[in-house]
Amino acid sequence: MANKISDETIEYVGILAKLELSDTEKEDAKADMEKMLDYIDTLNELDTSGIEPMSHVFPVNNVFREDVVTNGDGREETLANAPQRKEDTFEVPRTIG
Amino acid sequence: MEILELTALELGKKIKAGEITVKGAVQAAIDRAKEAEPVINSYVTLDEAGAFAQAEEVQKKIDAGELTGPLAGVPVAIKDNMCIKGQLTTCSSKILSNFKPTYTAEAVENLKKAGAVIIGKTNMDEFAMGSTTETSYYGPTRNPHNTAHVPGGSSGGSCAAVAAGECFGALGSDTGGSIRQPSSFCGVVGLKPTYGTVSRYGLIAYGSSLDQIGPVAKDVSDCAAFLEAVASHDPKDSTSIDRDDYDFTSALENNAKGLKIGIPKDYMGDGLDPEVRQAVLRAAKVLEENGAVVETFDLGLVKYAIPAYYTIASAEASSNLERFDGVKYGYRTEEYEGLHNMYKKTRSEGFGPEVKRRIMLGSFVLSSGYYDAYYLKALRTKALIKKEFDKAFEYYDIILGPAAPTTAPELGKSLSDPLKMYLGDIYTISVNLAGLPGMTVPVGKDKNGLPIGMQLIGNAFEEKTLIRAAYTYECATGKQYETMADIIKAADGGTKDTGMDAADTAAEKEVPGHGKTV
Repeated sequence: MANKISDETIEYVGILAKLELSDTEKEDAKADMEKMLDYIDTLNELDTSGIEPMSHVFPVNNVFREDVVTNGDGREETLANAPQRKEDTFEVPRTIG
Repeated sequence: MEILELTALELGKKIKAGEITVKGAVQAAIDRAKEAEPVINSYVTLDEAGAFAQAEEVQKKIDAGELTGPLAGVPVAIKDNMCIKGQLTTCSSKILSNFKPTYTAEAVENLKKAGAVIIGKTNMDEFAMGSTTETSYYGPTRNPHNTAHVPGGSSGGSCAAVAAGECFGALGSDTGGSIRQPSSFCGVVGLKPTYGTVSRYGLIAYGSSLDQIGPVAKDVSDCAAFLEAVASHDPKDSTSIDRDDYDFTSALENNAKGLKIGIPKDYMGDGLDPEVRQAVLRAAKVLEENGAVVETFDLGLVKYAIPAYYTIASAEASSNLERFDGVKYGYRTEEYEGLHNMYKKTRSEGFGPEVKRRIMLGSFVLSSGYYDAYYLKALRTKALIKKEFDKAFEYYDIILGPAAPTTAPELGKSLSDPLKMYLGDIYTISVNLAGLPGMTVPVGKDKNGLPIGMQLIGNAFEEKTLIRAAYTYECATGKQYETMADIIKAADGGTKDTGMDAADTAAEKEVPGHGKTV
C-alpha cells in the first residue's frame, strides 16, 4: 500500500508543526513522509487486537507532594534568556488587534 | 601523555595519593583537546577557565578530606543536551545557540558531587536526532580512529572525546541507541541504564518515554563507577525509580560462570557486516570459555522495532519541541508579522532538516484521523515487543549481539537516505522501547582500523549482570580493543581518503557569537 500525501495534508501538518516550509521543502517532506509511512505500514502485518497501547514500560503513577515552594526567585536569571523583554515580562508581538 | 593513558579510576587514585594534582589532570585533558579539536570537533564548548576554577575548588576539598570518592578530580565531558547553570547548552541546534540554563541537570549535579571536573559540552546530532553526529549545527564530529568516518550518534561528541583522550569519561543520552552505537563506533564502553535509573531532570527532552542518560567510559570499571555516581532517585523526575541497588561497582567480578546468554538469530542474519559478525561471535566464545552458557534463539518481532520506534519517538519529539518558539529563550527570527508568523519563522530558521522531518512525521501520526492507525498501533507493537523480551529473559540472563550492523560509515554517506540510516538502529532500538539496560563493549577492529562493539542487553534493573559479563570479557582479553585513538595517524588516513583539509573544516564550523573557546 503506497501512501500518498496531498498538498492539503502537508499544508495542514505544517500548521500543526508550526513550520514554514518552502515549496521544495514541502515536496521533500511529502516524499520523506510517504516513504516512512509505507515503512511504518509494515506494523499492519501484526495482529494487535486486544493489546493495550503501552505508553510507559513501568507503571507510572501520579506523584503527590505538599505544595511548598522550594526554589527561590529566579526572575532575573530566567528573563536573561528572553529574546525580547519588557521590564519583568517576556515581550511578544501583539496578538489581539 | 602518561596522564592521558590512565583510566578515570586510575587517575582518581593518583590524585587521591597526591601523585597528580587536579590542575595537572585538567591541564592534560585541555592540552589534548586543543590538539585534537581542529580535526575531531568533539566539543561544542570547551570551558578552559571554568575547568581550572573547578579544579582549584575540588583540590581544596580533596586536601581537606571532604571529597574521598574514586572520581574526585577527574576531568569529564557532558553531552550538550544536559543543562548546566549559566553555561551554554545548545543541543547542537541553532535554536538554542544562545541558551544558558538557570539550573543544572541532576545527573551532572551528581557527577559534580562526586568531585568530577566538567571541562566542556560535547557535540551531538541536533536534538539527539541522528546516528552520525552530522546533523549538528556546529559541524560534524569525526571518528578519532579514522577521521574520514563518523563517530556515530547521537552522542558522537562524548564518545569521540573519550576515545581521543580529550576527557576521562563522559555523559551521553540514549533514546534509540545514541550511547551504544557511537560507543561501538569509537571503541569505548557505553551503557544505557534501565529507564528511570538516571534522572532526566535537566535533560532536554527528545522522546521522553525512551530517553535515558548514561556513561561513556574508557573501560568497564570506569563505566560502572560513573553509573554509580550519576544514578539516583530524583523526585524532580516523575519517572525516576527508587532502586534498591546503586552499588554498580560491586558487580566488577571476573566470573561468568552460570550466566545464560542468548544470541538472537535475527541479530546475526542479513545485513550484518561479516567482520562485525565474526568479532561478536568471537567475543561470545570468550564468555563461553569463562563459564557462560551461550545459545542462539528466536527473539520475535525484531523487524517491527524500527517502525514502532520512529512513530513513537517522532510523536514525542513533535510535542516536546513545541516549546522552542522564540518567546522565552533561544533564537528568535529577525523580522516577523504577528505572533504566529514569529513562531513559524523562528522554528523554520532554527531547526535543521532532520529535526523538521521528525516534527512533521510526529505531528502527522498524532493528528486526528491518523492517531489510532499510527500512534496507538505503535504503542500496541511496543507492548508486544516488551512481551518478547520478557519471554527471552525467562531463559536468559543476557541477550548478546552487535550494537550496529556495520562499523562507522564514511562522513557524508548517511544523511541522503534517512530511512537507510534509521535501519542501522535495528539492534539498539527495541531496548529503549522495552526500557531495558544495554551496554556496548569494544571487541575488535575491522580492516580499516574502525572499532567493533558487542552489545549486552539485560532484563530491567540487571545492569550488574551486564557489568559482570563485560568485566569478565575485558579481563580475559586484556583490554586489547580499548586503547586510545592515535589521532595523528587517524587524521593522516582521513585527509588522504577525503582530500579535505582538516584546518578548513575546523574553520567552517566556527559560528559567530558562539562560545567555542578552543
